[in-house]
Amino acid sequence: MASEIHSTAEPLAATVIGGYLGAGKTTLVNQLLRHASGLRLAILVNEFGALPIDEDLIEAQSDDLISIAGGCICCSFGSDLTAALMDMARREPRPDHVVIESSGVAMPGAIGASIGLLDDYRIAGIVVLADTETVRDHAADEYLGDTTLRQLSDADLIVQTKTDLVSSVQRDQVEQWLRQINKTASIVTAEHGSIPVEVALGHHYTDAAASPHADEAYDSKVIAVPQPVDPELIAEQLAVPDTGVVRAKGFVQGRDGDWYLIQTVGKRWQVLRDTRARRAQLVCIGLRKWLDWPAIEKILQQKTAV
Amino acid sequence: MSITVYAAKKIFTMNPSRPQASHVAVRDGRVLAVGSYEDVSSWGEHTLDDRFADKILMPGFVEGHAHAMEGSLWSKVYCGWFDRSDPDGVTWQGLKSIDAVIERLRTAADALDDPAAPVSGWQLDPIYMDNQRVSRTDLDRVSSERPIGVLHASGHIMNVNSKALELAGLLKPGVEHPGIPLGDDGLPTGELKGPDAMMPVGPHVGFERTLLDADENGLRNFARLCVRTGTTTITDLASRLQPDAVDMMLRVTAEDDYPICLVPLRFFLGLSPADLIEEVKRLKSLSTERLRLGRIKIVADGSIQGFSARLRWPGYHNGAPNGLWYIAPDQMAEIYQLALQACIQVHTHTNGDQATQLVLEKLAPALQQTPNPDHRFTLQHCQLADSAQMRQAAKLGMCVNLFANHHFYWGDEHYRLTVGPERATRMNACRTALDSGLPLAIHSDAPVTPLGPLFTAWGAVNRITASGRVQGEEEKITVAEALYAITLGAAYTLHMDGEIGSIETGKRADFAVLEEDPYTVEPTALKDVGVWGTVQGGRVFAAEDL
Repeated sequence: MASEIHSTAEPLAATVIGGYLGAGKTTLVNQLLRHASGLRLAILVNEFGALPIDEDLIEAQSDDLISIAGGCICCSFGSDLTAALMDMARREPRPDHVVIESSGVAMPGAIGASIGLLDDYRIAGIVVLADTETVRDHAADEYLGDTTLRQLSDADLIVQTKTDLVSSVQRDQVEQWLRQINKTASIVTAEHGSIPVEVALGHHYTDAAASPHADEAYDSKVIAVPQPVDPELIAEQLAVPDTGVVRAKGFVQGRDGDWYLIQTVGKRWQVLRDTRARRAQLVCIGLRKWLDWPAIEKILQQKTAV
Repeated sequence: MSITVYAAKKIFTMNPSRPQASHVAVRDGRVLAVGSYEDVSSWGEHTLDDRFADKILMPGFVEGHAHAMEGSLWSKVYCGWFDRSDPDGVTWQGLKSIDAVIERLRTAADALDDPAAPVSGWQLDPIYMDNQRVSRTDLDRVSSERPIGVLHASGHIMNVNSKALELAGLLKPGVEHPGIPLGDDGLPTGELKGPDAMMPVGPHVGFERTLLDADENGLRNFARLCVRTGTTTITDLASRLQPDAVDMMLRVTAEDDYPICLVPLRFFLGLSPADLIEEVKRLKSLSTERLRLGRIKIVADGSIQGFSARLRWPGYHNGAPNGLWYIAPDQMAEIYQLALQACIQVHTHTNGDQATQLVLEKLAPALQQTPNPDHRFTLQHCQLADSAQMRQAAKLGMCVNLFANHHFYWGDEHYRLTVGPERATRMNACRTALDSGLPLAIHSDAPVTPLGPLFTAWGAVNRITASGRVQGEEEKITVAEALYAITLGAAYTLHMDGEIGSIETGKRADFAVLEEDPYTVEPTALKDVGVWGTVQGGRVFAAEDL
């Protein structure tokens, strides 16, 4: 989907979290804050609702800014997201990652497009939450139907929430239905309102290796890419649902000798030129049940048709 | 406590028990008495003022849907198709070609000392120029050194030059945004569609993010336009009402010669429903004689000509996908519920008929839970509502403020393109509203169309479109009904009909001072009735002295 080659300094990563009221956006945001493990997250919300941030996480609060344990913050942006994003990029210390919790009727893709206009930013993914219990009702609603479908179509990553309130059969039916709506997004399930930070934000990767994660639903691997490759081709092929890769991140050497940073989430992929020599390897993460490791290895060795 | 008695050629009071009079006595800024000279002089010693002896007095006009931003925009270059009068009373000729627009912008640019200062224009409407596209290279002819930006009349599109794109970091290949078309060279054409696309460039071309909130000078200009159009009470619908802006509004409106009563509504965004209600209660307590705070404005959907309004079946005539919601239905319901409990009035922007339907469906249960028979929640624009919706709105105790001016400016466009002949013909159905028992106001939505209650009344009476066709003969209302709508009708939608909107004892002495009798001129000449000025709170404001 998004194809671009940048050569500038690493821009600020931004994740859009969308979905209708009650889909679990606030719960997910709080879970991300709890498991940020050193990442300075900046959460942008439309407005401070009743409880935008769990009370035990709050260190201080003013009219439009909440200071959160671990150097994280939460700001309300009202009607002007662009201004809030520009402020955020100038902030000292600069956040490591900006998370935009969009309003229940906003089009997350449109927010993503606006972020794309800002040089200081790159989109780290459009994550749309679907309340497993109600999403199909919303999709059939006279007023909300088309809005719900457009939101889901905008997603790079769809998170099925509230699966504990339905049977596993129902959960799978909804998953199949979601797949019909958006054929290219990755679909994952949030257990207890939570998904791993690395899945939501794609931020755990370092040059060295993936951190081990406790969630047994997910699997990840570090795969070496010893020979020079076509980075765009790799990125594009990893961002296909058949591979089961929800996110991939890492460095490869291009055939021109330069180094490239590859990042994918669902169908979205991005390649950034990098100045320094790196270790040529990619970390891929996905749901254990869908990951097709042989296919992924094949892509990384570029044995598929070029 | 001196009494001034004004003699007039004729006074139309809007008070059914005394519809016409020749004299009005004013004391303490209020109407002491109205009637014959004999009637009003019974109150005792007074000064007889006959400056209005050959004028017609009407209740000061009430504009129930405008934006104070109109005042601020006049600091920019007017680029509209129609002639339009500025706060100084100067009429700017409408521009009939892109070349003429460029010429006027260049004249403005040449008058600036700072070679890097931006030039900003407003009210461009290429619809009337066969939808001709304006590109950055067109605007580069104004200047390639300074940033240029021109806002369209719709407020939803802006054209900018290459310098402006460069300053915003957008003059590069690979820009990927649905609101930013690219040219054959892969670079943005300079057309920016929608607020998301405009926002990164706006500040570079003089359109600050805070434009919706009028500045001090804008607020004064806005008031001068009011005097020139006979308007004495006007809404600012809506404002973010940040603390600094409220302080400024309180200060400016308190000035001895500030000639209007301003009614700003708090825009719903940025606060949770519960916090919004608390904030508006606080604002309400700050209200003064000339600044009335304490109401909420919700925006439910977008605009019809921008294809962002929410329509019911069968949707847009040209097949465009349905528009956008700007509030979640559940959030709307929550605000209604809490506002009814707190006795805070809510005005809701709905353009499409589906948006109107949503309002009706959300308000009905809220009212059942919190009965509030005199809530007067008002549908603003409500352009596409059908008769069933009007009847239901009336049953629910709502008011409607229809966009009569819109019918003239964009009626042809709606007929041809957006909703098709049938629905375009019933748009802004004033007749149906009145027949349904729905309290009616009509509006300009200035700056979207020019402020001018008599023009607005003319629009509702004649239903003539820009091409000269009568669109919707059956939805016409009478001159008397239209004049009621721009006085007591609009006052009613603001819960202010007890203090303004008619000339009767106890009410604020607010008059529109007219050169001719609007009831006896040809209905097609209603918009041309001259306005001498106003009296507001007993203070006399002559347009020519502004």
